[in-house]
Amino acid sequence: MVRIAVDLNRCQGYAQCAFLAPEIFAMHGDEALLYDPEADDAPREKLDRAAAACPVQAILVDAVEPGGLEPGAADAPAEGVSRAR
Amino acid sequence: MPGDGSLEQLKREGRIVVVGASLAGLRAAETLREKGFAGSLTMIGDEPCEPYDRPPLSKQVLLGRASADRTALPRLRSVDATWRLGSPATGLDMAARRVRLADGDEVPYDRLLIATGVRARRWPNEAEAELDGVFSLRTRDDSAALARRLDAGPKRVLVIGGGFTGSEIASACRERDLPVTVTERGAAPLVGALGGVVGAVAAEMQREHGVDLRTGVMVTALEGDASGRVRAAQLSDGTSVEADVVVVSLGALRNTEWLAGSGLGAGPRGIACDAGCRAFDIRGIVTDDVYAAGDVARCPHPLFGYQFLSLEHWGNAVSQARIAAHNMLSESTDRLPHMEVPSFWSSQFGVNIKSVGIPSMGTEILIAQGSLTDHRFLGVYGYQGRVIGAVAFDHGRWLPFYQELIESTAPFPPTFATVDRRPEGQRPLDADFPDPSVPTHGPTVTLSGYSPADRRMTFTPAH
Repeated sequence: MVRIAVDLNRCQGYAQCAFLAPEIFAMHGDEALLYDPEADDAPREKLDRAAAACPVQAILVDAVEPGGLEPGAADAPAEGVSRAR
Repeated sequence: MPGDGSLEQLKREGRIVVVGASLAGLRAAETLREKGFAGSLTMIGDEPCEPYDRPPLSKQVLLGRASADRTALPRLRSVDATWRLGSPATGLDMAARRVRLADGDEVPYDRLLIATGVRARRWPNEAEAELDGVFSLRTRDDSAALARRLDAGPKRVLVIGGGFTGSEIASACRERDLPVTVTERGAAPLVGALGGVVGAVAAEMQREHGVDLRTGVMVTALEGDASGRVRAAQLSDGTSVEADVVVVSLGALRNTEWLAGSGLGAGPRGIACDAGCRAFDIRGIVTDDVYAAGDVARCPHPLFGYQFLSLEHWGNAVSQARIAAHNMLSESTDRLPHMEVPSFWSSQFGVNIKSVGIPSMGTEILIAQGSLTDHRFLGVYGYQGRVIGAVAFDHGRWLPFYQELIESTAPFPPTFATVDRRPEGQRPLDADFPDPSVPTHGPTVTLSGYSPADRRMTFTPAH
């Protein structure tokens, strides 16, 4: 599972992501973008390609695992950093 | 802690507490770690879940394209925090530097960031608000509950309030072919944020998509049936609307009640802070250890005459959180002002709406590109002879250009020619914002000057 957020202030509707990872990103009308905020593991490679291809770098993807979030629990230490922005 | 090495000590072993575990709180926490804060970090949140993103809750989720419990925010770096989730902060002792929690615990801090945001304004009549089928939309639970009800195929949805959230909800309903009525006490949807000229376009879009739009009216009462389910609403024009789902979309209230009596300059309009996000106390004196960011903060903005702005915008939460975090760990001369130009987006009825600057400060509008009748245009707002804001309907790519005009205080009306300017764009129009003494739903920018008396202001509900 990968978490995704798109900075839609930045997004200019180039639709590169919708071509590269249509399972996750889709244009809605001429300019608006809809996306699945939590994609399953399978298309991670596609997702990374889509994020990298965004001309305005508007796609934010998990760079680390969040770790424990139970009340009182501490986060897991940083690991598996793939592409922090 | 002045420049005597104590800042280094703070970074090494200090205690930072962030109250508010949503977008601003999370991005601030990430920035603190990025800037080398190695001390203890505590994240306090009233909701029991990890930080999540709200924009999808009124769009993808209501369209059935995403699940409300799957919008958690991506983590840009590890924050190595202690999370106190589901235990809201209930008090602040500034002298002892402690935050009180609902479960009775007290959490001490050396630096405090307040990012408690806003909550949806509830329907003012308690009994009517409790009727089954009456919703508001702010949290993921709100969104999940509303999405479930929309899945069940209600006979008619009534949206009270034609601001951005209300309009997005109505749009999602129409896309799912659900009958929907929108009531708005102003003359048009979005009128508080974008004015009457653009509001008229928003009204046209709603009606063309089959929304039963009623403007200039208020809902005066909600009626339930014998089993406590909502069945109808009475309107101020004497008519009624039968609806089995009612979404109350009357804007937001700032979460500052927990600060009452703390001595912090907090009230219904938010927490007053300086351009560097340091909070003021009620005497108007800036604090050294309490910061605010996100929807709850109210900051003077250099581009807009140092007026104090409260912005309920995603981008503002992110940038202000980063500035606050940077400043919490900086000597006074290294601090940065929060100067980002306000910007937001909305998508509704197939149109992408984006804005930069502060349209609601404008008195005039010029349609510089495209056409109002096509619902594809770029409107430039003018205030006292300068460009103060811009709005784009399916014209988003042009906004960075207009942002530059705002940042450089370019003259209004703009002097440049555009390739697609229509006859209607040859001269400015009255932007037609409502009289400020008449509140409308959903303006996303609050403008005001700071006065310690603000904390005694009370909100008078419209209904």
